[in-house]
Amino acid sequence: MSKPIVATASLAGCFGCHMSILDIDERILPLIDLVEFNKSPIDDIKEFTKTCDIGIIEGGCCNSENVHVLKEFRKHCKILISLGECAIMGGLPALRNGIPIGECLKEAYLEGPTVKNNVHKILPNDSELPMLLDRVYPCHEIVKIDYFLPGCPPRADLIWDALVALITGKEMKLPYEVIKFD
Amino acid sequence: MSRKITIEPVTRVEGHGKVTIHIDHEGNVTQTRLHIVEFRGFERFIQGRPYWEAPVLVERLCGICPVSHHLAAAKALDVIVGAGTGEGLTPTGEKMRRLMHYGQFFQSHALHFFHLASPDLLFGIDADPAIRNVIGVALKHKDLAVQGVLMRKFGQEIIKATAGKKIHGTGAIPGGINKNLSIEERDSFLKGPDPLNADKMVEWASGALDFFKTFHKGHKELIDNFSKFPSSHLSLVRKDGAMDLYHGVLRAIDSQGRKILNDVDYQEYTQYINEEVRPWSYMKFPYLTHLGETDGWYRVGPLARLNTCDFIPTPLAQKEFELFRAYTNGKPNNMCMHYHWARLIETLHAAEMIRQLLHDPDLHGNNLVTIGKKQKEGVGLIEAPRGTLFHHYRINDNDQIEMANLIVSTTNNNEPMNRAVNCVATSMMTGKKEITEGMMNAVEVAIRAYDPCLSCATHALGNMPLEISLYDQNNSLIDRKSK
Repeated sequence: MSKPIVATASLAGCFGCHMSILDIDERILPLIDLVEFNKSPIDDIKEFTKTCDIGIIEGGCCNSENVHVLKEFRKHCKILISLGECAIMGGLPALRNGIPIGECLKEAYLEGPTVKNNVHKILPNDSELPMLLDRVYPCHEIVKIDYFLPGCPPRADLIWDALVALITGKEMKLPYEVIKFD
Repeated sequence: MSRKITIEPVTRVEGHGKVTIHIDHEGNVTQTRLHIVEFRGFERFIQGRPYWEAPVLVERLCGICPVSHHLAAAKALDVIVGAGTGEGLTPTGEKMRRLMHYGQFFQSHALHFFHLASPDLLFGIDADPAIRNVIGVALKHKDLAVQGVLMRKFGQEIIKATAGKKIHGTGAIPGGINKNLSIEERDSFLKGPDPLNADKMVEWASGALDFFKTFHKGHKELIDNFSKFPSSHLSLVRKDGAMDLYHGVLRAIDSQGRKILNDVDYQEYTQYINEEVRPWSYMKFPYLTHLGETDGWYRVGPLARLNTCDFIPTPLAQKEFELFRAYTNGKPNNMCMHYHWARLIETLHAAEMIRQLLHDPDLHGNNLVTIGKKQKEGVGLIEAPRGTLFHHYRINDNDQIEMANLIVSTTNNNEPMNRAVNCVATSMMTGKKEITEGMMNAVEVAIRAYDPCLSCATHALGNMPLEISLYDQNNSLIDRKSK
């Protein structure tokens, strides 16, 4: 049997969940024996080259590019996991959901104490930049998500146990300590 | 036929970004841009929150260097709660924060060198992208990979002992810290099971430096000349000119080494620093106000810090610093790839500082917090692994944040990273019929030297793709390549 293939992405997250994956520390070496990695920010595979067994998503969706990447993941991955609070419910970036996006842009580029010289009132608006969404969306509102791993970030042991359970087909234990938020 | 080349996502960096390169029908590179494509809106949505939440909210800008944001916010709030501007904390408060900070430097620099940058050095810039990653390193150079993993682990464990957890901890509070270090914790770091102890970490950090210096001898052209250009440099330094990553005064030098910002008090930073907004990136472009937008840009981070400081206050790193300085005859070092050399010298310094601090009985004190007369406004600066980080808050009468301004380390390197992209694209792609994957990776290698954290910089993070699109003179797309 060939090794299961794993892909990962960070959307509107902070990379903390990816760092928590790396916090499995020495277990990274057995992990390399267990799975093969495809598209991920930690390697240079920028587009899917094959169908993956497991897709791991960090972060919710705050712009059109996030939505595009998430749909690509759903298309290419048999199982999709929302990893961490941002993917599950928008997380901290969703604090902007009660505020018109124009106000956020104005504060950052027109009003702050170190942008006083922006006399032409320039806001980033180039066609190379993805469109911002009206609010930050959790992943399961955009595509179907199969599993949710909570935490900010989820602890490394939880990520490890979940991956091993998925790969070996054994049910995992979920004691309270593992599923509490922080 | 003119062409546009897009690199998207840029990978093995932290954050979402993309590169576009325009090439005209004669094969000349006419425009290059590093776009930061994410926007969060932190400055606005933090308004209205109680000020004491800031250290745990803003660290969620970035999962790689959360400690930097955590501490920079705490330092700004020290001013607000009347605990002074960096010298007012109790010895236990200040030293616990420093230990946390050096633990973070150690883990972040180890992560960058071993997990993100080393594949380019070990396998070559134009190696097969399938093996050019940390997994490839683990398969081919297992001992090196294990060292990298365990060095990062040691730094993360230090953070956990001081901040409560490895990522997004809660240790620093306005005016101090909320826990001290227990004797058991100290002993586990000093005498921990081999190899996870402070002595071994110093030894391994020296080993990583030797690895780089040996590589340098064999690849002088790449390390010395790849994407180099003169620039100014900015960082905090201690009042006596020593390297100090936690606290100090603001110093900047020009490419010749003349001081252009002479050890000023950073509470007044808005007098010296401004930011330009350009429509094609969410990342702003900071510059020194008195030199203006065109000439006022500067570099930050490991290379800048080794250029601005006068000495390093730990013996082993100081020896390495002297070698580093001698290489450019004491003049500022403007070689892009020397960022890696500088970063490893700092890694050694961080290991020495951790070992030194662990022997300090103040870490076990019980006097954790200082509170004085409340102020309305405060600025906190710190040297994050990627460079100088600015946090600035103002509160109202209800203790709510009413203004927040952040200039993150990578934002300070926005102009230099754009110049690096231009430099590499122009030298490698001009007149070339075919743009290869290796050429595109070379552009990313230049960006990677700065270890950008685009998560922070957009007040966001993810991966940078690389995509090349070909346009004809009428700007219609005729071909597209991506990696």
